[in-house]
Amino acid sequence: MKKRFFGERIKRREDPRLLTGQALFVDDVNLPKMIHAAFLRSPYAHARIIKIDSSKAFDHPGVVAVYTASDLGAYWRNGPLLVSPPPIENIVFHERTQQILVRDKVRHVGEPIAVVLAEDRYIAEDAVADILVDYEPLDVVVDMEKALEPQSALVHEDLPSNIAAHVVQEKGNYQQAKEKADIILKRRLYYDHGTAAAMENRGIVAEWDPKAQRLTVWDTTQAPIPIRNGLASMLGLSESQVRVIAPFIGGGFGPKIMMFYPEEMIIPWVALQLNRPVKWIEDRAENFVATTQERDQIHHAEIALTKEGRILGVHDVFLHDTGAYDPYGLTVPLNSQCTLLGPYDIPDYYSEFTAVFTNKPIVTPYRGAGRQHGVFVIERLLDLAAKELGMDVIEIRRKNFIKADAFPFDNKIIFQDFQPLVYDSGNYEPILDQALERIGYIDFVNNVQPRLTAEGRHVGIGVVAYVEGTGIGPYEGARVQIQPSGKIAVVTGVGTQGQGHFTSFAQIVAEQLGVDIEDVEVVTGDTDQFHWGTGTFASRGAVVAGNAINEAAKDVRAKVLRMASDRFEVAEEDLDIRGGQVFVRGVPQRGVSLGQLAVEANPLRGTVKPGTEPGLEATNYFGPEMGTTASGVHAMIVEVDPQTMMIDIQKFVVVHDCGRVINPMILDGQMHGGVAQGIGNAFYEKLTFDENGQLLNGSFMDYLIPTAREIPRIDVGHEETLSPLNPLGIKGAGEAGAIPVGPLFAQAIENALALDGFEILEIPLSPGRLWELVRETQSPA
Amino acid sequence: MKPAAFEYIVPDSLEQALSILQEHGEEAKILAGGQSLVPAMNFRMLQPTLLVDLNKLEELDHIRRNEAGDLLVGAMTRHRRLEFDNLVAQYAPLLHESIPSIAHPQIRNRGTLGGSLVHADPAAELPVIALAVDAQIKVQSIGGERTIPSVEFFQGMFTTDINPDEILVEVAIPESSARTGWAFKEIARRAGDYAMMGIAVRITLDEDGVCEKACLVYLNAGDGPMEAVEAAKILEGQPRDDQAFEAAAEKASQDEIDPLGNMHANVDFQRHLANVLTLRALDLAFQRADVDRGENL
Repeated sequence: MKKRFFGERIKRREDPRLLTGQALFVDDVNLPKMIHAAFLRSPYAHARIIKIDSSKAFDHPGVVAVYTASDLGAYWRNGPLLVSPPPIENIVFHERTQQILVRDKVRHVGEPIAVVLAEDRYIAEDAVADILVDYEPLDVVVDMEKALEPQSALVHEDLPSNIAAHVVQEKGNYQQAKEKADIILKRRLYYDHGTAAAMENRGIVAEWDPKAQRLTVWDTTQAPIPIRNGLASMLGLSESQVRVIAPFIGGGFGPKIMMFYPEEMIIPWVALQLNRPVKWIEDRAENFVATTQERDQIHHAEIALTKEGRILGVHDVFLHDTGAYDPYGLTVPLNSQCTLLGPYDIPDYYSEFTAVFTNKPIVTPYRGAGRQHGVFVIERLLDLAAKELGMDVIEIRRKNFIKADAFPFDNKIIFQDFQPLVYDSGNYEPILDQALERIGYIDFVNNVQPRLTAEGRHVGIGVVAYVEGTGIGPYEGARVQIQPSGKIAVVTGVGTQGQGHFTSFAQIVAEQLGVDIEDVEVVTGDTDQFHWGTGTFASRGAVVAGNAINEAAKDVRAKVLRMASDRFEVAEEDLDIRGGQVFVRGVPQRGVSLGQLAVEANPLRGTVKPGTEPGLEATNYFGPEMGTTASGVHAMIVEVDPQTMMIDIQKFVVVHDCGRVINPMILDGQMHGGVAQGIGNAFYEKLTFDENGQLLNGSFMDYLIPTAREIPRIDVGHEETLSPLNPLGIKGAGEAGAIPVGPLFAQAIENALALDGFEILEIPLSPGRLWELVRETQSPA
Repeated sequence: MKPAAFEYIVPDSLEQALSILQEHGEEAKILAGGQSLVPAMNFRMLQPTLLVDLNKLEELDHIRRNEAGDLLVGAMTRHRRLEFDNLVAQYAPLLHESIPSIAHPQIRNRGTLGGSLVHADPAAELPVIALAVDAQIKVQSIGGERTIPSVEFFQGMFTTDINPDEILVEVAIPESSARTGWAFKEIARRAGDYAMMGIAVRITLDEDGVCEKACLVYLNAGDGPMEAVEAAKILEGQPRDDQAFEAAAEKASQDEIDPLGNMHANVDFQRHLANVLTLRALDLAFQRADVDRGENL
């Protein structure tokens, strides 16, 4: 029987290297004569810079150079706008991007003002402490609602207000839907998402080789190719003179795709100026303010339903905090706006948002990328409607699911990829059924919960659903080559940050070329090896790069069959590729190894046939016409101590549908990690800023990432509804684990506490906040 | 997050360490387990010019009993050793019970008893335990040694009665009298975090089960370990009684502690948790004392 690779639970091949310290991370790059950078960052959230005196910095032996904005000359610039606004009618968007070094006004704590280069990082930090800056502190814009009041200070004084963007998207006509409704519910909902806190912070090493006239940059980026192209353009170099390597990276989660961070613009420039290799490694204190994060939205949402619980329409107006700049365009609030519609058939929808500038770090996508906010709104509205109608939370969801025969389902608004929000495929009821089965819903509700309640315990259950738009374009590419050794080289441009690409991509190729997975070598994230592509984001690696690799492998397979057909004088259909050999079907002794064929395809004498290429190699690309929509259901049983409000998660279930599964083990890992971040978001993590825009918990002592002690065992199930948008039928899965955990907590904790009139309308929660909310319910002010 | 430059000395003997302190005074900082000091240096909140590393002083790492029955613990004894030591479990059960609440195993592998007491973090467990067990704290300088009762040793936020030329060398924990019950309870956001609130309780009953002596000490409840003296008085002279418990918990949580509140728990919630934990701790401590009394529960 043919050995299968695609769809198998294969252990990650990269793990032995990672676990034994053999993998290269940026901080492992150490070069002769390398110097180290440290940044002077603003201690103020909003202040004018009157004067900078860096002369004292040079008193420290070992300081090589100090640069401020005025030292950069013509190289001073703002970063580029990464994502332009989508083609939506009457859209307002004010582009204001980050400064390479602050010239005259700081707009958030942590913004870089000067960079010191020294023989080591200790000296560089000593020198940073001796740079004197005169600041004129300005009124600070912290709260989104106050930011829109006419008397508010302005983050960008050339704009009339702190409005960064305003977008309205409409499907149908909500007002008409409302008139037909039996019940209408309206709430103010608050959702705050935190910092990704990847295990590895950012880092850059840049080296200019004057003899080769080439710049090499090691960067913790999720998008090495756009970084290469952008750097070449900024530095006046040819693209072929710049090599960007994104080696192993300790977690991306979105913020590592913010092109360009100030440090990414300045470190390579400094390497050129000083003709010495330069290293900058972000420390955790910097990461909390200098790496982008996600934050809060305030939604005023209304849902109109029939008395049977059928949704007629949703009306939502929300504020989105974009921070001091908006280089990532509107990706996050657009995701919120679109993902709110969820797996439900919502005929009429009005959604309006205002993105607001504040004196806080820049907001860009972090795993989920705004989807959480939208999912929270619709899931909470459904829970409240169910309560109002005396319905079960499961029943109201089932009743409103888009039916399996209704796909492709057009939601008639524009998604983050600028394409219409059309769900390509889906089948939601089996997912829900499997989740209910796994959590033991019926037994819990009918038997377990009544017994525990009688014992005085507070144990609740929650079940929520969501969709995730994944695998958006524009494209990725790959090159697949059979080498004379018989090993297969696979090269793609996307970066990798722990997703298991070295295994899952190899599985795709092994399947196509009939070789063992051990014979497939995958290279990612090195622009000298492959220089077309965009990057790893939006749960698109497997969908877009995976399909590009599949296409390239198919081309190589065709070349193998053509050559072997000539060699054995049989039709291609009569050949089989298996075990690294191609042979005449049923006659295994009439065969040749792929390695031998590769040798023959690249002869030293004779001639390669006109019209053919040498070697067994192919490059191909894949660009989906639009994103593919994955879906899932999470369920949880949680016990709450009503006195301390501490929680104990007793069971956690994820059932997810991301089309055809390449490797269920890696997929389980994606879900586990996502859920852990989701639990952090729901109950532990909150970026706390004071009224001066100072982050009060910029360390892991006070910013609470859940640990293995807080994360329960997670039971993961899969359904497979194939995507028609790509030949492999796959959908993305990178963000699914994190997306619906907030509303899941809200529903399950409400269920556990079982208090009349108790509604959780905000995330994150904490024991202290829950206690306050319960108190407010029991004795309203 | 790199520390400012500093000198570093590793003395071979306590005497040498003391003379270095004598010479350098407040410029010098003692490095014990380094679990608070080193992060503070990395953040440059502390910039000592000299670090005196006590990690070679084996004479400060010991657990033994003296003739009077006191448990003597050397200042450089790691939390991890306290956690698994049989003498500690037998003769200082309250201390034993509190150790797993101190941070994480990695931190307990390095952190020391002396370091924690001298640091005097109001949110730390060991100062509270020291007060609850009436630990006697021995400090030494070139000029000699003195023993300070815990109640005098802790003088406020990160402040103790120790002088710059002194080193905390040993802690003596008196043996409990018969019919003593204890309990340690704390509530932290995550396992290993500084607790939002915590309490150590020690009570001694007479032969009839009436409380002779009670001691309640709270962590993260003020500018140091906070003892609730009035609450203890409410319990003394009372048998195990829910109403007395409630009155004591009310008194301690509302009047005697002075929590500062923080982003994880505001003052109201801290007082509420103190109340809840007091009731839970008293219940357990009385149970244990009753067992010790031979009462079959």
